[in-house]
Amino acid sequence: MAIFSKSNVPQFSVDVYQNEYLPEDGREVNAVVTVTATGGGTIGSAVAAPHLYAPGEGPSAAVVLMVDCSGSMDHPPTKMRNARDATAAAIDTLRDGVHFAVVAGTHLAREVYPGDGRLAVAGPDTREQAKQALRKLSAGGGTAIGTWLRRADRLLASADVAIRHGILLTDGRNEHESPEDLKAALDACAGRFTCDARGVGTDWEVKEVTGIASALLGTADIVADPAGLAADFTRMMETAMGKEVADVSLRLWTPAGATVTFVKQVAPTVEELTGRRTEAGPRTGDYPLGSWGDESRDYHLCVAVPPAAVGREMLAARVSLVIPQPGGSVQSLGAQGLVRAVWTDDLAASTSINPQVAHYTGQAELAEVIQEGLDLRKVGDMDGATAKLGRAVQLASASGNADTAKLLAKVVDVVDAATGTVRLKTKVEEADEMTLETRSTKTVRVKK
Amino acid sequence: MSQMPQQAALSKCPSCEEPLESGDRFCGACGYDLSAVPARPSDDPTIALNGAVPPQSPWPAPTPGEIPPRPATPPGAHVPAAGGPAADAPPHAASAHPASPVQGIAATNARADAAGDAVSADAHRHPTPAAPAAPSPGAPAQPGASPAGPVPHAGTPRASASGAPAPASSAHQAAPGRNPAGADPQAAVPSSYGTGVPAAPGPHPAAPAAQPASAGDTAPNGAPAAPVQGPPVQGRPPASGTGVRLDRRASDEGVAGGDDYTLQAPDPRVAPEPHAAVCVACRAGRVDDDGYCENCGHAQPRERDHMEQECGPVAAVSDRGLRHHRNEDAFAVGTTTLPDGAPVSVAVVCDGVSSATRPDEASLAASRAANASLLDALPRGTHPQQAMHEAILAASEAVDALAGEQLSEARDHAPQQNAPACTIVGAVVTAGLLVVGWVGDSRVYWIPVDRSAPAARLTEDDSWAAQMVAAGLMGEAEAYADHRAHAITGWLGADAYELEPHTAAFKPDRPGVVVVCTDGLWNYAESPDDMAEAVPADAAARPLHAARVLVGHALDGGGHDNVTVALVPFPAVPQGAGSA
Repeated sequence: MAIFSKSNVPQFSVDVYQNEYLPEDGREVNAVVTVTATGGGTIGSAVAAPHLYAPGEGPSAAVVLMVDCSGSMDHPPTKMRNARDATAAAIDTLRDGVHFAVVAGTHLAREVYPGDGRLAVAGPDTREQAKQALRKLSAGGGTAIGTWLRRADRLLASADVAIRHGILLTDGRNEHESPEDLKAALDACAGRFTCDARGVGTDWEVKEVTGIASALLGTADIVADPAGLAADFTRMMETAMGKEVADVSLRLWTPAGATVTFVKQVAPTVEELTGRRTEAGPRTGDYPLGSWGDESRDYHLCVAVPPAAVGREMLAARVSLVIPQPGGSVQSLGAQGLVRAVWTDDLAASTSINPQVAHYTGQAELAEVIQEGLDLRKVGDMDGATAKLGRAVQLASASGNADTAKLLAKVVDVVDAATGTVRLKTKVEEADEMTLETRSTKTVRVKK
Repeated sequence: MSQMPQQAALSKCPSCEEPLESGDRFCGACGYDLSAVPARPSDDPTIALNGAVPPQSPWPAPTPGEIPPRPATPPGAHVPAAGGPAADAPPHAASAHPASPVQGIAATNARADAAGDAVSADAHRHPTPAAPAAPSPGAPAQPGASPAGPVPHAGTPRASASGAPAPASSAHQAAPGRNPAGADPQAAVPSSYGTGVPAAPGPHPAAPAAQPASAGDTAPNGAPAAPVQGPPVQGRPPASGTGVRLDRRASDEGVAGGDDYTLQAPDPRVAPEPHAAVCVACRAGRVDDDGYCENCGHAQPRERDHMEQECGPVAAVSDRGLRHHRNEDAFAVGTTTLPDGAPVSVAVVCDGVSSATRPDEASLAASRAANASLLDALPRGTHPQQAMHEAILAASEAVDALAGEQLSEARDHAPQQNAPACTIVGAVVTAGLLVVGWVGDSRVYWIPVDRSAPAARLTEDDSWAAQMVAAGLMGEAEAYADHRAHAITGWLGADAYELEPHTAAFKPDRPGVVVVCTDGLWNYAESPDDMAEAVPADAAARPLHAARVLVGHALDGGGHDNVTVALVPFPAVPQGAGSA
């Protein structure tokens, strides 16, 4: 596909951080791989990469906004109004020329604008028309998110564009279809478009929303106060408009006899990728990374290699970035990183842990213990929850993850952060708990 | 490097008869190391020299005859173990055979100055000998390259590129030396794969082809003598000159279409070098541009993993050892003449300091700089001891210069890097004088030919242990058992406190061999007596062989460090004739 001529694809770079030394008989190789794209522009291509696009222009893109219009959106009535305003704000953020549509979601999916299975092209007129159409949004009906996603997929597929993105807002549980239906819809849409998901209020299910964002390689967050929706939608749309290249995959080569223990994104959020591998030739697999603007993400990979004699050196993994093309070929994005294994009898060398690897191992554990702690708390295991959340406080404090530490402090009383000594708060705002759960996967990078 | 030449000629694997693709370095079916094949031809001719008359004409015949003695060469066997995955080396003694002839030749060439004439005569008659010579030069003419015995394992091309420009004479020698070197590795390689055996057929045919070619070459060059003399005449400038030229052409390969046939050999090599390399570890995958197998991921042997060089009466071998992942030792050897025409041999050995950055580059730069300095100063009449002092200073400057580069380059990646650093030890041997110089813990030993006379260590380490002993604070055994024993107190590098080159001059009253080595060797033969025991009796006569034996000794002992040893027979022999 010639859609990405060389000039408008961001420059990717790959940096590998690891301790390549293994003890005799050592097998496990850990590395943190930082992937950085420059030349795109989450702050606007015109600013970040003026050479790529004329002012106000960008790569061809299509966005579908999915707004929950179930009956619960009327309780309180400000929720529906705020959702309308937020959607209008997002539409105002659309770059001219971007294809878009608005879908009202209930137990069905109804195209609010432009309708008839089409996409509108953003411009002064269409933006105004769309906002007029939003006034017709009213609450009433159930919630079947899978149908919204399938509709969005159909709409997005109708445009020949580089970037396809969805924005989904819900305020309640996915009550009018089975979890299997949602799962099937997500499987059908995965890889076809990316989607950010937001939960407004506190009546929605955290795992549903984060699950949608995770499957569709977007972000998830809570907007506890509906008044904050407009700002959040604007930010989301700006980010979407900053994407320059879609469907990037991390291609991982490992030697014969090696097994990939795990691959996960560890910054900006923890996202497990191990199970999303698609084979791409001998000893090679691709992991989807979604679309990229001007940004940098970190991945932690762990590979078990066949041990070799002391003094030997092996390439444990080669990391590169590709864009799969129709027909099975790929466009290589050039950058690659080498993860090595060198066997040594120098204990000092083989036992040290790379600071990046240690840090992200901690961040991943942080996300995990928060999740486990909250789950235990929900089922009434207060001792277990205290232990887990105490560990979380300790990790957050040690790694300098201040945002997460702040969220934790709303759920537990911190006695001593260094040792992880905490007491569960007897009364916790539901919004605080949901915020902590939703944002538990957010990580911070290594302090330089 | 030198080994790849004839692939062009090979249409199928000499081992399993499987058709080959051009550019393959290993058979796709049986994994046979094709690089081994080519070398032999050159060997055979060489043999002729050894055996004098008989060997030359009968290519194949000579080889086998000679082979038997050499196969034993331990070093060869070791090599594979170090570089190659398979440690099966020993069983394949057979594979070593081809190599052995080479060595023999090399040795002969080296010594044979006097014989040179006779040889050359032979050569004239028999274009064949010349041919072999030619190919070998084709390989990277440089001495550095020649040691490339390792090259065959790794990337041949680089070796040649990096090859240190040795004096003309050395170049000649290099050629012969190379053969041996090449042979050794070959032997090693095949053995490691277990494929070694069959090679014989392949090479022979190739050899004949090469011969005519060489003949052709010589003629056009106008220096028919050149090839012939080249090998034998180590000491002679003119001869060497021609020899050198030959080498270059060969290496240039494509360049002189006219010259030719000689070129043929090189051509194939070139092609295979860069691409199409097959992994030496799994023999299934191709080697990627970054030097790793795309199948099993194993790093491929690098040119410096094992290096050998013979230069006139001097020979040196360096090996990565069994426990380190890279060879941070380096050496340089050479010969020249004093103003009065007397021969002088030079050997320099350096050991990179592992805790520093880029120790491998430091040792290489230091050894080359010191060698070049000596070879420049000695013919101008500088006293050897003074020349040695200056050479160490020159080496120091070369290492310091690396620190400058480094600052600009890699600082952001690893701010805590140390400046590149290495030890140095060198020896200059003339007809009556032996001068040594050093900084650090690399050593020189004196081993008399007559073993009833005592051997001696001629250097005093700049090391913690040595200082403890010298200060009377510890006994030798105790000091060397301490984990700090090897901490060196003197080195070359930008962060050296104060450079104190040590030099000493000796006037041995009897013939012997000077062992110049890194701690990778002397750790396994610390006392002079132990070292004397490890040095073969015929070391002065067959220095390359002896150097291999010594490296083998270290590898047998565990090979915990890089091992490098240079052997210089005393007194310096006029025109390269061996004392043996």
